[in-house]
Amino acid sequence: MTPLASYLIVAALIFAIGLAGALTRRNAIMVLIGIELMLNAANLNLIAFWRYGPHPELLSGMMFAIFSIAVAAAEAAVGLGLVISIYRHAKTSDVEEMNRMKG
Amino acid sequence: MQEAIAFTPQIDASSIARWLWLIPALPIVAAGIISVSKQPRRKLASSLAIGSLGISLLIAIAAFAHVLSGWSHGYAVREVVNFSWLTVGTQAVELGWVLDPLSAVMLVMVTFVGLLIFIYSTGYMEHDENYTRFFCFLALFAGAMLGVVIANSILLLFMCWELVGLTSYLLIGFWYQKPSAAAAARKAFITTRVGDIFFLLGIVWLFAQTGTLLFYDHGTGSMEPLALGGLLVHHSHWGLTAAGAIGLLIFAGAAGKSGQLPLHVWLPDAMEGPTPVSALIHAATMVAAGVYLIARVYPLMSAGAVAHGEAPGTTTALMVVTWVGASTAVFAALIAVAQNDIKRILAYSTVSQLGYMMAGLGVGGVAVGMFHLITHAFFKALLFMGSGSVIHGAHEEQDIRHMGGLWKVMPWTFYTYAVGMLALCGVPIFFSGFWSKDAILESAHGWSLSHAPYYMLVFGAVLTAFYMTRQVSYVFFGEYRGHSHAHESPRVMTTPLVILAVFAIGLGIIGTPAWPWFRAFLEDHTTSVEMHAFAEPAWLMLLLTSFIIVIVGIGLGWWLYGNKSPRAEEPDALEKSIPAVWTVLANRLYIDELYGATVIAFYYWWAKVADWIDREIWGDMVSTVTWLFNHWARLNKFLDATMVDGAFDKGCEEVYNGGGVLARIQNGRGQIYLRLLAVAVVILAAILIWSGHP
Repeated sequence: MTPLASYLIVAALIFAIGLAGALTRRNAIMVLIGIELMLNAANLNLIAFWRYGPHPELLSGMMFAIFSIAVAAAEAAVGLGLVISIYRHAKTSDVEEMNRMKG
Repeated sequence: MQEAIAFTPQIDASSIARWLWLIPALPIVAAGIISVSKQPRRKLASSLAIGSLGISLLIAIAAFAHVLSGWSHGYAVREVVNFSWLTVGTQAVELGWVLDPLSAVMLVMVTFVGLLIFIYSTGYMEHDENYTRFFCFLALFAGAMLGVVIANSILLLFMCWELVGLTSYLLIGFWYQKPSAAAAARKAFITTRVGDIFFLLGIVWLFAQTGTLLFYDHGTGSMEPLALGGLLVHHSHWGLTAAGAIGLLIFAGAAGKSGQLPLHVWLPDAMEGPTPVSALIHAATMVAAGVYLIARVYPLMSAGAVAHGEAPGTTTALMVVTWVGASTAVFAALIAVAQNDIKRILAYSTVSQLGYMMAGLGVGGVAVGMFHLITHAFFKALLFMGSGSVIHGAHEEQDIRHMGGLWKVMPWTFYTYAVGMLALCGVPIFFSGFWSKDAILESAHGWSLSHAPYYMLVFGAVLTAFYMTRQVSYVFFGEYRGHSHAHESPRVMTTPLVILAVFAIGLGIIGTPAWPWFRAFLEDHTTSVEMHAFAEPAWLMLLLTSFIIVIVGIGLGWWLYGNKSPRAEEPDALEKSIPAVWTVLANRLYIDELYGATVIAFYYWWAKVADWIDREIWGDMVSTVTWLFNHWARLNKFLDATMVDGAFDKGCEEVYNGGGVLARIQNGRGQIYLRLLAVAVVILAAILIWSGHP
């Protein structure tokens, strides 16, 4: 059986790739994709910890992951909606130029 | 002659005794109301004062009747009402009042004479613009004096005593525009204060020894045998018992108030006040307060002798009282011979008569002194009010050399004045002054220690008859030597004179040897009319002596002054025959000059020394301290401006700049926020890993 560490390393790599994407990409769609990657890395961790945890017979980890995916879907929908709305408004999807939110 | 039946003591306070406080309270309340009413409300002021004192008189008469009925049923009435005024630790300061024959007699006298003088004042002060203020002070005085009379606590007595001194000061200085009146007021206040310091010391000592301020307190008061026994055990210096020493201290206070040697100097000057004031305060009541005080503390004064079964007059304290009284009686009578101011003659006469009362207390006991006090109050008030009527009628003229022949224009004043004068001279049988003076002479004759006081008092009586004859001849007989037209005074002034004259004649009946009611009343035993007392040889001798005294005095006076009508510039008849003696007497035996050269000169010198110390020593110290504080303040100012303010300003600036730096982070770019978040998470993770918490 694959040890827990392997799952964690894969999840950490995916999280790092996601974070790098979210921080470095200038296209808002790419930033959203990075965020989705980080979320899924977290889901992978949840599943791994559940499966190797003290009570694998309870479906708690599965439930967390499914909730998380559902929330991520909603979040992606809202995020894409915002991006489209901004694009329509400012004719750009470049996050560098989206600096109107400062107080 | 007298059956000394021991009376049953009666101590439970009756309702009249419980309400006794109203007697002083009413005039004081009236004074308070007058003091806040406006100056033009003259009618209100006088009617309030007279009304309140009238009600007090009624209550006093009721109280007197109560004591009298107790006495006639064989009770020694001494009803006390005591209460704690304030409590300090375990010691309570107790006040209270007492109703006994002594206070009852005095209450009736003070309220009655006071009421007559109040009524008289409405006439005398009619033209004074400060009529309202006058009645305010007069009512306050009456209240304070009545407070002295009813006090059962030596502290309450002292408080009222000082209040009486204050009102005396206010009334002597009533016409304060006159520098002489203002000076006389100050002199009276300060001189009596000298006596009061000793009095206060006596109070403190008495309180320390007996632990109570009350005179009578159902067996534990300071005038009752238990406490007196304790006082006799303690000896102070010079062989005096504590009782004797305290008695002497209290007597010093009484001497100040009652104008005894050597503190008499204020009383003649006090005649600067309005004449009703002289009559009320400086003849009838306030100056009698000292005599009353000695009568009140008489058990203390006579403590030693009673314990050893001797006559009361032989204690050291009472011996001093007798000698001081007798000396004052002679001394003041001598000075009165050579005065020309009508009121000053009466003032010295008052001093002299107060000496008689003191001597009477010393040699004969409470009843003898108090009897003369009561009769004197009536005839001396009469004389003063008569002299006021003369002054009023002769347009503020006070020099007897500018009067004369007034008996024709002022008949009412003359006849009443003559009654007062004859009573003062002690003309036998018909006048009250004879009976009271006679009782004093009789007791002085029987004094076991020395006969000198008796001869002094007899000599004083001759002088009294002499100077009164001189005064009356100057004022009422001969030719009128004044400049303005004299007239009789209004009815409101002469009516009180007539009433007082009736009493000056009739009052003697309560103290004749045949019916010594007054003495029996004060000393709690029964008495009966025994006419054969008049036939006793000792008394007949005294009667003869009194006759001789009066005849010599009046005869000499009439021979020198009668119907002579000397011109004002002309020297006095006595001055022509013995000029050296006259000069000394006219200058009041140089007592004022003596005090001026010793006590007052010392005070001036001491004041100068104090002034120098103040300027040179304390002044320099104060300026040094000021200089130090000034410089300390400068240093503080510098520190404040540079260090405290600078640090604060710097702190503010840093916070402002820090805010600017932080504000730059919030640039609205989500990715920057995320980056910061990521960095923070990494740092947090690093901290968690390295601090050993996985």
